[in-house]
Amino acid sequence: MNDTPIRVLIAKPGLDGHDRGAKVIARMLRDAGMEVIYTGLRQTPTMIARTALQEDVDVVGLSILSGAHTTLVPRVMSALADNDLTDIPVFLGGIIPDEDVVSMKANGVWEVFGPGSSMQVIAEAIRSAVRP
Amino acid sequence: MTRVERGGEAADALVRDLYPHTGRAHLIGMTGPPGAGKSTLVTALAQTLRRRGETLGIVAVDPSSPFTGGALLGDRVRMRDLYEDDGVFIRSMASRGRLGGLSLATADVAKLLDAAGFDRVIIETVGTGQAEVDIATLAHTTIVIEAPGMGDDIQSIKAGVLEIADILVVNKADLPFAANTVRALHAMLSLGQTGSQMHHGRLMTQPAIATMHGWKPPIVETVASQSKGVDKLADAIDAHRDYLRQSDGWAQRESQRSRQEVREQLQLRLIERLAGDDYERLIDAVTQREISPVEAAERLLKAYRERKS
Repeated sequence: MNDTPIRVLIAKPGLDGHDRGAKVIARMLRDAGMEVIYTGLRQTPTMIARTALQEDVDVVGLSILSGAHTTLVPRVMSALADNDLTDIPVFLGGIIPDEDVVSMKANGVWEVFGPGSSMQVIAEAIRSAVRP
Repeated sequence: MTRVERGGEAADALVRDLYPHTGRAHLIGMTGPPGAGKSTLVTALAQTLRRRGETLGIVAVDPSSPFTGGALLGDRVRMRDLYEDDGVFIRSMASRGRLGGLSLATADVAKLLDAAGFDRVIIETVGTGQAEVDIATLAHTTIVIEAPGMGDDIQSIKAGVLEIADILVVNKADLPFAANTVRALHAMLSLGQTGSQMHHGRLMTQPAIATMHGWKPPIVETVASQSKGVDKLADAIDAHRDYLRQSDGWAQRESQRSRQEVREQLQLRLIERLAGDDYERLIDAVTQREISPVEAAERLLKAYRERKS
């Protein structure tokens, strides 16, 4: 039995300044027993990858409400790959139009949780992804 | 780091192999109440030390929820400016409700940074409890950070805080009542030095030794958000390190830490080995007042000795 808490990185890439959703998810995952490294706003892809590496996280969550996901997400995935972190599941939250979900997953994103996603579903999904 | 945090045989082997390569880094503990501006100050200090050509490890420790086991590790938010610097490694740790083992886990993470060759390791904790005080005894130099308006009265600044501080910082020194806080700290310091021959346990021993040899904890005023006073803080840290090295204080702290670590490891491992049905049964007996705690402990030790032979 593995009782080491799951470590999650919650980051907001790019210039998007709305962080309430990210904070809600961060708190919810903490209440679900996870250790959440919350890095806040204006993260560059390099910063996200370095943090993921130093903190040895199990999952990365990106919150994007600005519509810039089509440019930002591939860059983040690429920065993670540069640091040999391709086995870390990456999920997206925020405003991601349905028609973009497919291309996000094609970029290597594990899951997209839109607004109104159940907190319980997210926590459970993370647990299954990290500890199958 | 993940491995040493988790503990177990792999961790023990790793630490054992690395240990001979530790002892070079200057360990700096930074603690203080929530809201004093610790993370902002750590960031400003890190930038100053980087400009002076040093490499740094930063370990930021935050409490885990005792109910859910989770933790929100948000100290990094204020350290944003350090993220892209190759000379800085930041690790966030949660207390994980470890049975007295938080300082051990933190010490192990610090050892990794030491062995990796970082010049200084800053360990940042929220100064609210015994665990944080234990972590302070890990460090060569302990810095306690206060901010005005958080209780400036002599009574409300915890006495324990002054006993562990090698350097006192009044952050947010531009606020109106900063001068009161500085005055109150000066007053408490002079009381402590003239009055105290009492040693309240091992925690007093380190600063008491320093006091006997002549280190007076300076009070440094900073405004971390504007990087003011941070050069003075870096200078004070260097002065303390130099003082320790010249006065044999360094060796004394190393000895104190070694003693504490071995003791904590012994405690942890002994209890692990003694755990089991008998352990629980004896605790019940103590609860029911059938036997005393000392008797329970003696019986457990006896059973352990017999098991070994």
